[in-house]
Amino acid sequence: MTFATNHPVSREQAKVMNRFDITKRLVARLHHDEAVIGGIGYTNFDLWAAGRRPQNFYMLGSMGLAAPIALGVALAQPQRRVIALEGDGSILMQLGSLATIAGRRQKNLAVVIMDNGTYQITGGQMTSTELGADVVAVARGAGIAQSDWAADEGAFEELIDLILREDGPWLIGCRIDKEKPAETTERDPPRIRDQFMRGLGVRK
Amino acid sequence: MDEETPSRAWHEIVHDVLKRHDVRLVTYVPDNVLRPLIDAVHADPFFTAFSCAREEEAVGIVSGAWMGGLRGIVLMQTSGFATLPNAIASLAVPFQIPVLMMVSERGTLGEFNIGQSLVARTMRPVLQALAVEHHTMTRLDEVEFTLDRSITQAVATQAPCVFILSPLLTGGKVFAK
Repeated sequence: MTFATNHPVSREQAKVMNRFDITKRLVARLHHDEAVIGGIGYTNFDLWAAGRRPQNFYMLGSMGLAAPIALGVALAQPQRRVIALEGDGSILMQLGSLATIAGRRQKNLAVVIMDNGTYQITGGQMTSTELGADVVAVARGAGIAQSDWAADEGAFEELIDLILREDGPWLIGCRIDKEKPAETTERDPPRIRDQFMRGLGVRK
Repeated sequence: MDEETPSRAWHEIVHDVLKRHDVRLVTYVPDNVLRPLIDAVHADPFFTAFSCAREEEAVGIVSGAWMGGLRGIVLMQTSGFATLPNAIASLAVPFQIPVLMMVSERGTLGEFNIGQSLVARTMRPVLQALAVEHHTMTRLDEVEFTLDRSITQAVATQAPCVFILSPLLTGGKVFAK
């Protein structure tokens, strides 16, 4: 197993970053048509704003299913790296999926959690991560040994390079601020799905 | 039908039809009636089969796999289906993803658990409200035709489809006292 922790930090020690900024940093490091599944709400709005990639899938509902959808893509295309972008409120709905991912030992899969401790899109109500729940520790406990908090933007970029190079599964926790997203995703599900399938080479 | 052909169990027919349609991924939350089918797909290297923590998760995985070019089916029991309306209404239907689902029907024809009998009554109204194609399979001689044609239709029309396995077909779960 690759040593995941480049700059070991706890949730409290991790720098509070900006979602749009680190989403752009992530997208800038994707050079091999990696698939990215954007969880509902602001997580996928900022993925949309970071640049249209045909290998991006933008969820519109089914809260909590970014990681399962990403696992499905990863199973279908084991040669492609697949990344799920998910919020703290969303992953709290589907913590069992982390155990499933761990059990599959899915090498080409990484989950990135954007944790601002709030259900931001519904008015900023607190999630349990703000009360002490640590999704990185949960992921480790579920069996995803390679789980870490990103200490800051530099550490985040190092971790992204690592997950694109070395076998997973991975989970990266990112503390983020409560800034509004840069844009809003176009809500056109068949178009999103069709472009994604063409981006993955399933359709010509 | 050729009289010399020995009759096959429902789960053997399902196993064969899934293979014929290249449905390679099977995600499930276990059920006793489904056990022979679950055992069979685990034993056959053609399939990738594993259990999930929740039925929603299983639907998410099969949805992602479809978009990546791999066909899949979700196996569950009636009470598990009751956790799915949101995933069907906000993922499978609007994104036009042919998620195949097979439900072992509890709650009827000799149910002993009142919770199962109550939750079972929500299944068909939900499917009707969402206009999701669904078939209740009661007869062994109709299993192959129903499954074969409906998988073809689901893929061709990019729409989910639910197969309900009636106790009339499977024997159901018997009250053990």
